[in-house]
Amino acid sequence: MDIQIENLTKSYGAQKAVDNISFEVKTGEILGFLGPNGAGKTTTMKMITNYIQSDEGSIMIGGKTPDQVSIKSHIGYLPEHNPLYTEMPMLDYLIFCAELQGVAKSSIRERVEKMVRVCGLDEEKHKYIRELSKGYKQRVGLAQALIHDPEILILDEPTTGLDPNQIAEIRDLIKHIGKEKTVILSTHILPEVENTCDRILIINRGKIVADGTASTLRKQAQGNAVLHVKIDGADTQSVYDKLKMIPSVSMVDVLDGNLNAFEIQSKEGLKSNKDVFHLCVAQSWVLTEMIPFETKLEDIFRELTLN
Amino acid sequence: MINPTWIIAKKELASYFDSLVAYIMLILFLGLTGFFTWLFGMDVFIRKQADLSAFFSIAQIALLIFIPAITMKMIAEEKKTGTIELLLTKAVTDRQVVWGKFLACLMLVIIALLFTLPYYISISMLGEIDHGAALCGYLGLILLSAAFIGIGLLASSITNNQIVAFLLALFGSLVMWWIFDLIASTSTGVVGDLFSTLSLRSHYESLARGVIDSKDVIYFLSVAGLGVLLTEIVISKR
Repeated sequence: MDIQIENLTKSYGAQKAVDNISFEVKTGEILGFLGPNGAGKTTTMKMITNYIQSDEGSIMIGGKTPDQVSIKSHIGYLPEHNPLYTEMPMLDYLIFCAELQGVAKSSIRERVEKMVRVCGLDEEKHKYIRELSKGYKQRVGLAQALIHDPEILILDEPTTGLDPNQIAEIRDLIKHIGKEKTVILSTHILPEVENTCDRILIINRGKIVADGTASTLRKQAQGNAVLHVKIDGADTQSVYDKLKMIPSVSMVDVLDGNLNAFEIQSKEGLKSNKDVFHLCVAQSWVLTEMIPFETKLEDIFRELTLN
Repeated sequence: MINPTWIIAKKELASYFDSLVAYIMLILFLGLTGFFTWLFGMDVFIRKQADLSAFFSIAQIALLIFIPAITMKMIAEEKKTGTIELLLTKAVTDRQVVWGKFLACLMLVIIALLFTLPYYISISMLGEIDHGAALCGYLGLILLSAAFIGIGLLASSITNNQIVAFLLALFGSLVMWWIFDLIASTSTGVVGDLFSTLSLRSHYESLARGVIDSKDVIYFLSVAGLGVLLTEIVISKR
């Protein structure tokens, strides 16, 4: 099922939480929703799941509006802060969710057992939800979202509060599930989107500021390659002068004069690592270190959202 | 596929019994009504009449207090913990959610009333009891409860604080049941008629006399239905 969003707008009072955004998510695609706090990620997700109504614009899920019960049963949703009925036993809770989502009575047992296994809840399955640790609660939240094998998954910060091992597990789970489903997940953790998502959407102040894969975003953000090098065999000034004369280099900075460490920025679209190497060979200098720096997703994020 | 209203009702009823609320309510309800039916005030032995009127008058007051206590958490708690978002984004409509909760409360009240059947059986052994009047009295209690539950759910939906929900429901029910009756009995003419029509108590009493008048039944059902409808409207504004 595809999700099509057109000119979606939602205001709280005078403030526009979501301002005229349009995008599309296709089956089999994992879309990462990035943005600073209050950018409108959660609001957009709440509109897709029909918890709140949009002011303007349209949301179509498989060609239908999300207010229809027949569409709601195809959506698995993990809301922000992972609310749960803490006074319920975990298994009862999963059965309740399965029943509500219209899972056939004959397959409820099987689905619940499968979710317990897939989400790694086996050891804790006879506990009340209130007795579970935060990581296990998060898994219960994920299990209830997946219980009816939905075609669409909306996950609002699925890995908050988890330790690094759990994050890796949940990430693998989402990646695995996402192969045949339509997934939208929001997060603050940048490496997470990079590893899990096929596409990244950065949203700031209710507007989409970037849309594409991690590599296309990098290209868009800044083309200039950056190198960190350390060179032995000559004094800082002469190395600096020679480096500056390389045609593909646009800028050289001295990072540490004692160690002869430099930062070299290439000209747009060019790479200077070969030229630097050849220069060192020709001058009989020893190249002790050369680290290419990619523009980090953090930098792109900061550049797009800090203004 | 099971009806979502029923799934929600089942879960809510189970959660009352899980959290001991149901047991405490049942014990207090039976204790209070038993005390005034058998031991104190205008009880059966002082009236020397084989009827349930002592039970019916205390049962109304007991329900007036207990129903706000069982409805208060219904929506207020879900709003506070955020689970309402989870519930309403499942494959259900707002209406099914509210009716499911309504049904759970009503079932708990009916269970409490079933436990008072020994009173009825004992009294019918003591003398000639008017079975029709007793049945109408029970029907009246169920209808009155439905109205109180409607008011209680509405109170629970407009706040996320359970204590506020309890007090609002108690106040609303008290006004509808008693204050309107009070105004009706001290006023004459149009005002008197109006408040007499609006009072839950006067409708209950005409039912408890043993006459099922569709006017009374419709009135109770309208208060309950209006409460549920307004609750649905309140939760749809989010």
